[in-house]
Amino acid sequence: MNRVNLNIDSIQVSVAQGTTLLNAAKELKIKIPTLCHHEDLCVAGNCRVCVVEQVGSDRLLPACATPVSEGMEIRTNSLKVRNARKTVIDLLVSEHRADCTRCFKNGNCELQQLSSEYLIGEDSYIDLVSLKEYTIDYFSPSIIKDDSKCIRCQRCVRTCDELQAIGALTVAYKGEDMKISSFFEKPMYEVICTNCGQCVNRCPTGALVEHNYIDEVWAAISNPNKHVVVQTAPAVRIALGEALGMPPGNIVTGKMVGALRRMGFNSVLDTDFTADLTIIEEGNELLQRLKSVLVDKNPDVHLPMTTSCSPGWVKYIEHMYPDYLPNLSTAKSPQQMFGALAKTYYAKKMNIEPEDMVSVSVMPCTAKKYEANRPEMHSSGYKDVDLVLTTRELAKMIQQAGIGFESLENEEFDSFMGVSSGAGVIFGATGGVMEAALRTAYEVVTGREVPFKGLNITPVRGMDEVKEATIKIEDALPEWDFLNGVELKTCIAHGLANAKIVMDKVKNGEASYHFIEIMACPGGCLGGGGQPIPTNAAIRQQRSDAIYREDTGKPIRKSHENPEIIKLYKEFLKKPLGHKSHELLHTSYTERNRY
Amino acid sequence: MTETVNLVKSLADKYGRYHESLLPILQGVVQEEKYLSEEAMVEVARELDISAARVFGTASFYSFLNTKPMGEYVIRVCKTITCMMHGKNIIIQELEKNLKIRVGETSHDGKFTLLETNCLGQCHKGPAMLINDTPYTDLTLEKIRDIIQSLKKGDLVGSISNPLN
Amino acid sequence: MPKKNLKRLDLIFKNEHDGEKVLMKTLARPAQEIVNYLIISGLKGRGGAGYPTGLKWKLASEAEGEMKYVICNADEGEPGTFKDREILSQVPNKVLVGMAVCAKIIGAHQGFIYLRGEYKFLLQQLNDVIDDFHVWTNKMGMDFRVNIFLGSGAYICGEETALFESMEGFRGEPRNKPPFPTQAGYRGMPTVINNVETLAHAFSIFKYGPEMFKDLGVQDSRGSKVFSVSGDTPIPGIYELEFGMSVQKFVEDFGDGDAKAVQVGGAAGFCVPRKKFVNTKIGYQGKLTGESLPTGGSMMIFNSSRSMYNVLHNYLDFFVEESCGQCTPCRVGTQQLLLGIEAVKKGERSSDYLNRLLDLAENMRVTAKCGLGQSVANSFSSIVENFKEEMIY
Repeated sequence: MNRVNLNIDSIQVSVAQGTTLLNAAKELKIKIPTLCHHEDLCVAGNCRVCVVEQVGSDRLLPACATPVSEGMEIRTNSLKVRNARKTVIDLLVSEHRADCTRCFKNGNCELQQLSSEYLIGEDSYIDLVSLKEYTIDYFSPSIIKDDSKCIRCQRCVRTCDELQAIGALTVAYKGEDMKISSFFEKPMYEVICTNCGQCVNRCPTGALVEHNYIDEVWAAISNPNKHVVVQTAPAVRIALGEALGMPPGNIVTGKMVGALRRMGFNSVLDTDFTADLTIIEEGNELLQRLKSVLVDKNPDVHLPMTTSCSPGWVKYIEHMYPDYLPNLSTAKSPQQMFGALAKTYYAKKMNIEPEDMVSVSVMPCTAKKYEANRPEMHSSGYKDVDLVLTTRELAKMIQQAGIGFESLENEEFDSFMGVSSGAGVIFGATGGVMEAALRTAYEVVTGREVPFKGLNITPVRGMDEVKEATIKIEDALPEWDFLNGVELKTCIAHGLANAKIVMDKVKNGEASYHFIEIMACPGGCLGGGGQPIPTNAAIRQQRSDAIYREDTGKPIRKSHENPEIIKLYKEFLKKPLGHKSHELLHTSYTERNRY
Repeated sequence: MTETVNLVKSLADKYGRYHESLLPILQGVVQEEKYLSEEAMVEVARELDISAARVFGTASFYSFLNTKPMGEYVIRVCKTITCMMHGKNIIIQELEKNLKIRVGETSHDGKFTLLETNCLGQCHKGPAMLINDTPYTDLTLEKIRDIIQSLKKGDLVGSISNPLN
Repeated sequence: MPKKNLKRLDLIFKNEHDGEKVLMKTLARPAQEIVNYLIISGLKGRGGAGYPTGLKWKLASEAEGEMKYVICNADEGEPGTFKDREILSQVPNKVLVGMAVCAKIIGAHQGFIYLRGEYKFLLQQLNDVIDDFHVWTNKMGMDFRVNIFLGSGAYICGEETALFESMEGFRGEPRNKPPFPTQAGYRGMPTVINNVETLAHAFSIFKYGPEMFKDLGVQDSRGSKVFSVSGDTPIPGIYELEFGMSVQKFVEDFGDGDAKAVQVGGAAGFCVPRKKFVNTKIGYQGKLTGESLPTGGSMMIFNSSRSMYNVLHNYLDFFVEESCGQCTPCRVGTQQLLLGIEAVKKGERSSDYLNRLLDLAENMRVTAKCGLGQSVANSFSSIVENFKEEMIY
């Protein structure tokens, strides 16, 4: 690789050809402010807040969009640069409804941060917000879009287009009327939005935020007539700390449980428990499908089977590949399995009337809010999950409750629907569902553990965009001898743009997988739209490392060995894919328009 | 299939189903239907295998790709500097009076839409306007009255060499 | 009665009936020689930016790409400019010959004319000319076709990278540079994009040699230039004049005897007040005495009855609407400038606020992504600084 020599703020540096000035400065620990830039996305060069001066050149250069060239002399902190940045920030503030004290993003807004750093002062430009008509789209149960706070950086549009290949958002009109819009400016719930919330995670201001249910949850907790059950998803515990001032990669499961108890939840339970349950149901569904296809040659059964625990993915396939809905596992997501069991099995066991129960979940996800509101999610006879919070909302509530999070003692989940295996934990990372399913299915079929050291199926792990792994089945138990010699072909994709790549391959007959895991968000749930901001590649990696650490530390590593799961089948469900399971744990899907 | 669906299909056949065909196809729809309806945009998106939002975002960028219904005759009066200096305001007033609509509106019979537009490149012959694709220059009140009258009568829109000019 | 100080030229609009012959003869020459011709002639881009044409063709010929393109930029949208329309309606063959020679040199097989939507009325006649032109090129065994791509009403698409985006089916939002079009232009391929007039001049240079062209004009601004003259003039229209004239001479020839200002280069250009007429020369930024102003050819004359506040207001209205909206300085800056002068005029902000706006305009000039946002400061500052009292009272 060719090196390029240049000088930044009088420091000589040599970087690889093609490096941007922004990254070259980063190597020297010089911070250049950015707004439209996000490392997950393509370069835009729109906001112009990252401008730097090239000695001898009149115009300033956008550091994010300018590649280095030999002999450049760059000033990142000249008077001209500071004035220009201040002007840009000031202009952005003039078109932004800076109602900071009332904003959900107060304290976590990049524009607010920059305004404070650059001291834009009182002498403002003319307020443009009051001159325009803005609408706030709060109709979606997942996402609120408030154009009056938008600074048109287009991060959300690039996220929706490039990272997620959805195209629900677009830039519309031009000049003073230019805005971030949807098709014909329809509300988000009417268009092909998957509610994944990746746009929310990347919005630098409060223009895109989750629909928050904090007050509703506090109200439920304070209601003496209600029994409030809370479940927390696998990926929350490895990221919550970030939103409460801790560095990324901390596992805060015990503190989180303690905080939830202090907040006043009556039962503090674990989605990981139903993650294990999902594995049992979905794993058995896969084996049954294999049998139907390979032995019974049943034309109505479809392979490859794809996972169904990511509600963003489910809505995506409903819109984009409705022909493949029969390929989607009928197993509900862990959140919804939990909800259905909470108001049936758990309620009965604890002697609570289900109508007196409020079922709350904490998710790394905004699409889960939508999922809980799907009309079919009433298997218990009630709304199975009443209120869904993101990791960020939980952090906010912990702050409101005045809990000194970092100094909390570790506590354990309640003993009922609170025990999980390591397999349940890794649901939070891309490849995790696949690994968990293989740990169980392989053992069901062969009676032996998966042939990977320490049960770590490393080929399905990691951040590669599309991963493929093949496991050859040998010496199967008699019941499964039709699988002898079969090479089980699996594929894992995360981020919907990668899901599209895989599905197009399937559609075009270019791939013959048996089982596909798809997570809507980059990195899986650990990179979910409801996770702490910022989320980027380095942080996703740290969260992933934490998840696999949590798995390794668990005494039980396989879903089917979870004693509470075994008990649940014995006492209540009787058998996987049985009558009760179908009633409570499986669902159906809706064909939706792509347009 | 509706007319719009057929129209979009035939345009896609003509220009090919490429990204590069988006503008020509949208222009073709506007040519026939005067504006881009929701249905038309959805069909274009389907034909080119792109998101409907992208079609809308692109169309709304261009001032000739109307996303709202337009009259049979779309009148665009140049409002840029030299046309302004040479009296575009009184031209507009005259048009409003004759058409009984204001700038931005379409007449009840769906015949006329009156708009202002940026520089038409007829600055030496201002005030100028376009009616659909045809420029009319060196406008006077009398000319306006004649043009509108002949359009109301249903005469064809003249070309630039129209004696009205 | 206007004077006739300035020599009227007739290089561009002279009807030449030997287009086919010129093309054949030029194609027979070595590519290197043709590029040298252009370089020697000193021809620079006539759209206003003034990049040396020969160098542009040379860079594109050296660039690697599986496809290459020649594009004629006929998205003439600058207020006060209408010359390209006349060139395309009167001498389109010269433009097509220019494109074909360029195609041969750089190795392109496809050319486009990006014709602004406002000129759609030219479409039929241009397509007829192109059909005839294809007969020539076929006869010469040349694998080169020209198609017209019609714009749809967006000034910004005259910016070359916005034009590519538009042709590729996107919003006309300018790209980051580098890469430049000669490296990665239309569809990411090496592309030469030239203004209509530039290509027509290239024809004259092929036909008459570079010296004739070089002998016209001054120093860094060689050749003749087609000017679009409008505003307060008894003789509005299109005139081919030599580069290097002073605004004073121009006004004597074209003004109505009462000119108080001339806007050189359209809304994106500079306003020259009467006191600077003598010392301001028209040409690319070179080493001329006094101030030298580049232009795509728009010359708008304002007499003393005109309010320069109204003029500036009209320009800003234009920019507020025609900014693509993607970059902050241009999208928000144009709105602030417009609202700012209104507020000063109405007395809602003090006259000092004009200084804040001048500072804003300067920041827009150095931070905006493309030529549109960068050049708003040209008209804004030159009008506000020279006609401050008109802004306030």
